[in-house]
Amino acid sequence: MTATAGRADERVAEVGPLRRLLIRPELGAVVGAVVVFAFFASQSAVFRSLPGIANWLDPAATLGIMAVAIALLMIGGEFDLSAGVMTGTTGLILVTLATRYGMNVWAAMLVGLVVALAVGLFNGLIVTRTRLPSFIVTLGTFLMLQGVNLGVTKALTGTVQVSGLRTAWGFDSAHTVFAGTIQIGGASFRVAILWWLLVTAVATWVLMRSRQGNWIFAVGGGEQAARAVGVPAARTKIALFMTTAFAAWLVGSILALRYTSVQANVGIGQEFIYIIAAVIGGCLLTGGYGSAIGAAIGAVIFGMADKGIVFLGWDADWFMFFLGAMLLLATLANRLVRRYAEEVKH
Amino acid sequence: MILQTKGIGKSFGSVLALREVSMSVEAGHVTCVLGDNGAGKSTLIKILAGVHQHDAGSLLVDGAETRFGSPRDALDRGIATVYQDLAMIPLMSVWRNFFLGSEPRKGLGFDVAKARRVARDELRAMGIDIRDVDQPVGTLSGGERQSVAIARAVYFGARVLILDEPTSALGVKQAGVVLRYIARARDRGLGVVFITHNPHHAYPVGDRFLLLNRGTSLGEFAKADITREKLTSLMAGEAELKELAHELERD
Ligand SMILES: Nc1ncnc2c1ncn2[C@@H]1O[C@H](COP(=O)(O)OP(=O)(O)O)[C@@H](O)[C@H]1O
Ligand SMILES: [Mg+2]
Repeated sequence: MTATAGRADERVAEVGPLRRLLIRPELGAVVGAVVVFAFFASQSAVFRSLPGIANWLDPAATLGIMAVAIALLMIGGEFDLSAGVMTGTTGLILVTLATRYGMNVWAAMLVGLVVALAVGLFNGLIVTRTRLPSFIVTLGTFLMLQGVNLGVTKALTGTVQVSGLRTAWGFDSAHTVFAGTIQIGGASFRVAILWWLLVTAVATWVLMRSRQGNWIFAVGGGEQAARAVGVPAARTKIALFMTTAFAAWLVGSILALRYTSVQANVGIGQEFIYIIAAVIGGCLLTGGYGSAIGAAIGAVIFGMADKGIVFLGWDADWFMFFLGAMLLLATLANRLVRRYAEEVKH
Repeated sequence: MILQTKGIGKSFGSVLALREVSMSVEAGHVTCVLGDNGAGKSTLIKILAGVHQHDAGSLLVDGAETRFGSPRDALDRGIATVYQDLAMIPLMSVWRNFFLGSEPRKGLGFDVAKARRVARDELRAMGIDIRDVDQPVGTLSGGERQSVAIARAVYFGARVLILDEPTSALGVKQAGVVLRYIARARDRGLGVVFITHNPHHAYPVGDRFLLLNRGTSLGEFAKADITREKLTSLMAGEAELKELAHELERD
C-alpha cells in the first residue's frame, strides 16, 4: 500500500486489460459455447443451419429462463431445489383450472402465479427466519410439491396427467404470447426465446445497474458485512426466492401452453440442471459472484449439446457425460477466479 | 458530547459481557477503548452501533437518551462502524463496497458512473492511493481495506466513527497508515472511537482512554492524566506482568 499519493507501488504490476477480462465471470461460458458450437457445427450441416439453430435455441430458452433466475439466487448465496418441480406445479394448476373448472386461461395463469409467488415467499421466509441452509429448506419444499403434484392430479383425474388445454377459453391468445413461433428466414423460432432474452436483459440490468443488484452480490458475498452497512438482507433474499418462483411460473406456463397437457412428474430433476447451467455461467457455489448473461450462455451450451448429440446420431446417454465434464471444467475455472479475487494480502 | 454511555451493561444469557461502563465521545477527538481479548470491547461498540441493545444503564446521543433498533438507526444518527473482520465484501469491487447500502440513484437504478468517480476522488482526497477502483476488495491489503472503510464513513457524513481493532491484523507500517487516517478523520471534526489492545497504537492518537477488563471499566482517563507507561501497565495488568517476568526469569 502506498501511503503518499502519487507514488506508484513498484511491487504491483499494472492490471492489464487481459487480466481484467479474465476475471469476468462469464468468460468460461463464452469460451465453452464457442468450442461446443465449433465442434457440432463442423460435424453437422443441420446444426449450423437456421432451422437447426432454432431447434437448439428452444431448449436453451426454457432452461435459460430458469438458469438466469437461479444464478441471481446463487449470487445471493442461496439455492432453490424446488424450482424444477414448481414448473410442474404451475403448469398443473393452469391446465387443471382451465380444463376442469372452466376458468379462462389467463385467469388460471394468474392463479398459478400467485401460488408460485407464495411458495417463493414461503421458501424465503423460512430460510431468512431460521437461517437454515436453503439446500435443506427447499429440498423439503421440493418433496412436498412433488407429493402435491402427484397426489392432487391422481385424485382429480385418476391418471398422472392433465390435458385438453387446447379447447380452453382464452387458449389461443395465451398460446400466441407464451408458446407461439416466429418465422425468420424460413425457420420457425419459439417465442420462448424472446422471453429468455428479455429475462436475461432485465436480470443483467438489475444485477449490474440497480441498487438491488449491489445488495444481491453483498448478501451472497458477506451477509454480515452487508447487514452492518444497512442492506436489507432478508428482504433481498426473499425477493430472490420469489423471482425464482416467478421464473418457474413463466416456464411452467410456456410448457403447458405448448404441449397443452402436463405430466404430474414434470420438472423433477431439472433443479440440478439449472444449478449446473448457472455454475457453467460463472456462479460460485458459495455465492457472491456470477453473472446472468453467463447463466444464459450456460443454457445455450446445454441446448447445443442436447440437440447436437441427436443431430450427430449419437446415443443420448452421452449427454450426461458431457454435462458432468462441463460442470467439472467450469468449477475448476471458477475456483481460479475466486482465488484471484479473494487472495488477501496483509 | 456526541455520544455517551452511563453505567451501561449487557449480558448474553448467563455471560455478563459488560457491566457499569461509562464513556464519552466528543467531536474532533479520539476515544480509545483498550482491553485484552474478551474484555468486552466489541460488545460495547456493538451497542453504540445498534447491533446489540444494552440491558442496563443508558446510551445518550447529543445528550438525549436513545436506544437503537438496528445498525441502520445508528447510521441514520451519523454513527458509522468499521468492524474487525466484516468491514468489506472481498469479491466486490472497491466502488461497489464503497457505496454498499447507500447507492446513489439515477432514475430507478444505481448511478454506477457517479459511484466509480466519487469513490476514486474520495479515496484520493483521504490520501489513499488505490490503483483501480474496479478491483475486488479482496485483492487489497488489510490496511487499504480499513482505509477504504474509513473514507466511506467520512464521505457519508459520519459524525462518529467506530473502529474495531483496525490495526490488530496489520504490520507496523500498515498500522501507521491506518493511524494517520484516524487522525485525518479526527481533523475533519469526527468523533472517533478506536478499539485496540495495543497501547502503543492508542497513545499517539488518543485524547481519552477507556480501559476494560473482563467486562468492567478500569476507568476513563484524559490524555493529560495518564502516561504511556501507566496505560501499558494498566492494560497488561501490573501484577500479572510482574508475575510473568518472574516466571520467565532464568535462575
Ligand atoms: N453474541 C454473544 N453471545 C454470547 N457471548 C458473547 C457474545 N458476544 C460476546 N460474548 C462474550 O462476551 C465477552 C466479551 O466479548 P467481546 O466483546 O467480543 O470482547 P473483545 O472484543 O474485547 O475481545 C466474551 O466472553 C464473549 O465470549
Ligand atoms: Mg473484539
